[in-house]
Amino acid sequence: MKVLVTVKRVIDPYVKVRVKSDGSGVETANVKMTMNPFCEIGVEQAVRMKEAGVVSEIVAVSVGVQQCQETLRTAMAMGADRGILVETGVEVQPLAVAKVLQKIVEKEQPKLVIMGKQAIDDDANQSGQMLAALLNWPQSAFTSSITVNGDAADVTREIDGGLEKLTIRLPAVVTTDLRLNEPRYVTLPNIMKAKKKPLEVVKPDALGVDVTPRLKTLKVEEPPKRSAGVKVADVKELVAKLKNEARVI
Amino acid sequence: MSTYRAPLKDMQFVLRELAGLDDVSALPGWEEVNAELVDAVLGEAAKFAREVLDPLNREGDRTGSRLENGKVTVPPGFDEAYGKFIAAGWNGLSGQPQYGGQGLPHIVSLPVQEMWNSANMAFCLCAMLTSGVLEALRIHGSGPQQATFLPRLTSGEWTGTMNLTEPQAGSDLSAVRTQAVREGDHYRIRGTKIFITWGEHDMSGNIVHLVLARTPDAPEGVKGISLFIVPKYLVNADGTPGERNDVKCVSIEHKLGIHASPTCVLSYGEEKGAIGYLVGAENRGLEYMFTMMNHARLAVGVEGVAIAERAYQHALEYAKTRVQGRAIGQRSGDRVSIIHHPDVRRMLMSMRAQTEAMRAVAYVAAAALDKAKRHPDGKERHRQQALIDLLTPVAKGWCTEQAVEIASTGIQIHGGMGFIEETGAAQYLRDARITTIYEGTTGIQANDLIGRKVAFEKGATAFAVITDMRALDAPLAKAGGEFELMRGNLKQAIDGLEAATRWLVETYPTDANVASAVAVPYLKLFGTVAGGSLMARAALIARAKLGEPDADHEFCRAKLATARFYAEHILPRAPALAREITHGASSILAIEPERF
Repeated sequence: MKVLVTVKRVIDPYVKVRVKSDGSGVETANVKMTMNPFCEIGVEQAVRMKEAGVVSEIVAVSVGVQQCQETLRTAMAMGADRGILVETGVEVQPLAVAKVLQKIVEKEQPKLVIMGKQAIDDDANQSGQMLAALLNWPQSAFTSSITVNGDAADVTREIDGGLEKLTIRLPAVVTTDLRLNEPRYVTLPNIMKAKKKPLEVVKPDALGVDVTPRLKTLKVEEPPKRSAGVKVADVKELVAKLKNEARVI
Repeated sequence: MSTYRAPLKDMQFVLRELAGLDDVSALPGWEEVNAELVDAVLGEAAKFAREVLDPLNREGDRTGSRLENGKVTVPPGFDEAYGKFIAAGWNGLSGQPQYGGQGLPHIVSLPVQEMWNSANMAFCLCAMLTSGVLEALRIHGSGPQQATFLPRLTSGEWTGTMNLTEPQAGSDLSAVRTQAVREGDHYRIRGTKIFITWGEHDMSGNIVHLVLARTPDAPEGVKGISLFIVPKYLVNADGTPGERNDVKCVSIEHKLGIHASPTCVLSYGEEKGAIGYLVGAENRGLEYMFTMMNHARLAVGVEGVAIAERAYQHALEYAKTRVQGRAIGQRSGDRVSIIHHPDVRRMLMSMRAQTEAMRAVAYVAAAALDKAKRHPDGKERHRQQALIDLLTPVAKGWCTEQAVEIASTGIQIHGGMGFIEETGAAQYLRDARITTIYEGTTGIQANDLIGRKVAFEKGATAFAVITDMRALDAPLAKAGGEFELMRGNLKQAIDGLEAATRWLVETYPTDANVASAVAVPYLKLFGTVAGGSLMARAALIARAKLGEPDADHEFCRAKLATARFYAEHILPRAPALAREITHGASSILAIEPERF
């Protein structure tokens, strides 16, 4: 079966993120970028399924600027067979991504779409769910295990207070949680091989999707600096402060 | 405790702007080595260094390798990390494609090696020695030897060692006594070798020892030494490791640094005699060893760059987080982190500026090595070979000497805490300390530089390099007032290098003894000026890039400032060194040995 995995290019988690001086967003120019860690887990899952003989082809898809090709090359170095970049310079928002992916899914006809549960840049956690809705497919968000059985998949989802085990019909959309797997290190021979794998670039217009942002960012600012702590005399004072100043109890 | 982050931006800048990555990509066979590929390789290597190798470095230092009943136990995690290292294919980075390697040029392998060494120098010595054996067998091994050993050494499934030193034969290898007696298609080897890096361990399926030894009728001295392959396990006909050879690890050294790397005393032939296979022809062993010297010496120079970088990152993190005292001139208000204190900033800048200059020199040398190998024009190959011959002792000797100074400054930034092992700063100094010694001490490098490289050809390549450096004067003059001081200091430094070179070329033929007395100052002078000239070039490029809207302005501004610091605080050492060379040699030898 064919699997589609989505990869988003985000700021490297080890980089200290800085807010732009005009408050319009965060600084991404000349900042080290990498594959969203949840997407990495998704690619790893697809590769493991291919190694296990469950999957025959892995197609990696990214939506965004031209440099997303690097992210797709990383996915191919991990084991994806080919890449598709839907290239656009505008800020891509969850619904637009879901609509673009819907078109790609219609064209590619995968049996499974694996996505990161969220991207570490805006933490929106929406595209997977939106895509499932647009396709009218079953979905399993926050997945920590997946086993394909013919036309269905047994999944475990991480939910508040525990784990939920479900069987979903395929085709379906699955979004990954941290515990699904630990991504491998890309090997040097595979980096070299990835250069030669096919990478197709299409524009959203060609897919008939309008990716113009619908949400407007009003202002981005740094979280307030943590101020110095105070010493309290007794429990009574602590409770009073929690109640009246912090307003948490 | 700091975490290692590969300085990818500086590496990429040096590769592209100073070392000429594009020129190397244009060489036959390396067409696919473009900036994107290099970025992908460096990016993944950086991740591996940070996540796999760096976390083992402290524990490796603390536990060290241990020997019990002839068996060496490596520090916790090393075995697994080595498994990941070879599984990810990193060992084959520059190996030949027909043996499973990727065939990438030095200009790519050097930055990757820098990362491994920054993250965990003791660990990557193992792979470094393997690559030395690979190089030796690639050039001098017979067809069957290559077929047996190269694929497994390329993958890293087997590792390699270099067995040169014996108790009485250190820098002077003519004193080697290990015996090799012919017995049919092989030799029986008997003797003791010391200082064998990664000489015994269980991380790999077999260890391929390359051993220098003498046959019974060999002539005295360096022309009577042959090179042998002595595998730890004899190789079966099907290529698998078989019977244990007669070679034992009898002790491992207690060292100042690189504790995780087992430095072994290997005893050959205590029973029947170890079985060894001759490489090439008898009596030519030392010559074979020297063919890979440039490569190995440059690799040690990179260790210097790597340790300096790591010491800098460690000190920087401490300086940013350690709060102590108020800013100078402030009587009240918040206490500040020590990076606000000017003297700490001076130390950080000196670490940073010198490390960047060292990196530039090392990577430029790597590019010369690549061009010397593959340039289509024979004349250019010859020119690049002369350049790499000249630059190798400089990169090795200067980068490692500076690394010791830089790691020491790193401790100073930590204050009293730097002297405490738990802080981690001391390890870098202890690890760095070997780099000026092994693979030829700084004294050996310097003698090689002034004798075989400079005086032998009457300074031809050195003067050509000086002429290239002087070509920067015009663009610096044109670049405006901001560069005036840099230009002046660089000119004085180059004048000093030229005067010292002339003095050497004149003095060496008549009095090599006096010339040798100031060989090390000359090596340091050469490195200081070569580094300064590359930093000036970097500054001009950074200035030009500030006019481009898409360029990384923050990086360019920092590069400019760092280059200015180098010109103002490091380059002034050059005229002093030059004077030391031209006017100070005789006092070194003024007291005769017997009067000491």
